[in-house]
Amino acid sequence: MSRSTERQVGEFDPSRQWRLDPQVALRDEEFGALAYHYGTRRLVFLKSRDLVEIVRKLATAPSATDAVAAVVSGEQQATYEAALSRLAISEIISAA
Amino acid sequence: MPLENIPLRDRFKLGLQAPICMTWELTYACNLACIHCLSSSGRRDPRELSTDEAKAVIDEMAALKIFYVNIGGGEPLIRSDFFELVDYAVAKGVGVKFSTNGTRLDADKAARLAGSDYIDIQISLDGADAATNDAIRGPGSYETALRAMDNLKAANFGPFKISVVMTRQNIPQIAQFEEIAHRYGAQLRLTRLRPSGRGVDTWDDLHPTTEQQRELYRWLFDRPHVLTGDSFFHLSALGDPLEGLNLCGAGRVVCLIDPVGDVYACPFVIHEDFLAGNVRDEGGFTKVWRESDLFLSLREPSSAGACASCGSYDACQGGCMAAKFFTGIPLDGPDPECVFGHGEEAIKKVAIALRPGPSVDHSARTPVALAARQ
Amino acid sequence: MSEGTTKVAPAVEATNDDALSTDELLVEEVSIDGMCGVY
Repeated sequence: MSRSTERQVGEFDPSRQWRLDPQVALRDEEFGALAYHYGTRRLVFLKSRDLVEIVRKLATAPSATDAVAAVVSGEQQATYEAALSRLAISEIISAA
Repeated sequence: MPLENIPLRDRFKLGLQAPICMTWELTYACNLACIHCLSSSGRRDPRELSTDEAKAVIDEMAALKIFYVNIGGGEPLIRSDFFELVDYAVAKGVGVKFSTNGTRLDADKAARLAGSDYIDIQISLDGADAATNDAIRGPGSYETALRAMDNLKAANFGPFKISVVMTRQNIPQIAQFEEIAHRYGAQLRLTRLRPSGRGVDTWDDLHPTTEQQRELYRWLFDRPHVLTGDSFFHLSALGDPLEGLNLCGAGRVVCLIDPVGDVYACPFVIHEDFLAGNVRDEGGFTKVWRESDLFLSLREPSSAGACASCGSYDACQGGCMAAKFFTGIPLDGPDPECVFGHGEEAIKKVAIALRPGPSVDHSARTPVALAARQ
Repeated sequence: MSEGTTKVAPAVEATNDDALSTDELLVEEVSIDGMCGVY
């Protein structure tokens, strides 16, 4: 069930455009959303509605950084970018 | 919005918009008569959902954004519309994982199933050799299961699961199960026997011993790649927790739809006390999941009850609701297989005659001989 | 409980002493073979 997730830090480039992976279904929940990847069969919980909003904005924002900035500000931006990096590693989001 | 470290498990306890592990038993008909069958299957119920009604359930699952459905029975391939329903679900974006004893999984079916990326298969096996397996599942059932696995392998299906219900009799074969899974490139899944369905009558003879539970815990702990269906979380009180959410998901993250559309809190409590509603009722499954009194009450925070003074409650959460119910232990009491023995004490206080029996029994009236197929 | 991703350093250093870095508060993988599903 667990795949190796040892990728290099820095593979997530927030200056690029990203999007929800086409093989992923996103379902809103009270505390955020559940994301299920039909290919890997992985299930990931996004534990903040801000994060869900960011993910939904990714495809239309010129960069991930822009999508993050549209929803959160200040010190939180680095945290949310790091969260996007984790989602990229889980293949929930992929480069557009 | 401030970030809070609320464990996922606590959030799940309060319920979700839709189940995650949704189980759907398509039929009570079965060609086997396994002595521990959780659904007491054997005879088809004449009130079974029709093909159209089943498709309506699939429509609801798609609307609820249920990602995948776990299909079983009885033996689901006995339904003549099985493939029609599977194809319908996949077309609607609902993945299908189904469990089978292998009886109808011939080369053609294996090839057909191999063609889809959205279908996963689990073969049931309860012994690493015919003698052990067939003592539980009936003569010829071991051979049938292995033949199905051969067919899946020949069809290049890819990884499928082999699912074993752990018993006193098969725990000594645990390494052989691993070998069989390895031979087929399959994932091994070991699950807990509950005293449910026909298991009500056989649990005393089949359930593992205390020492076997400890052995099983250590074995599983060393092998996080072995699946467990999160069913051994009561063993997590023995040390560091096993993989998984380690909580009872009944009515919160899981539920069962049975062949006649009844919705139960989980597949191991097919009993009127845990019946939440029926998909044929107005509002369908969605209303039952979101509004039934039973499920809402299961989503209320609960107390540790009799387990409050035990330092391990956080790890085991008081164990399995179904196991407690069918052994007559109060639901806020210890699990019957509590690793510290509190369950054994609790069971002694309940006369066997007072244990709940299954309120729904579709067992075959006469023993079923397994016919050789192919 | 969380599978797989904890070995990778986050893109940004966590600045607090919490056991979980803050981005781990946001994303958690869930074991799906579980919750007592039969199959």
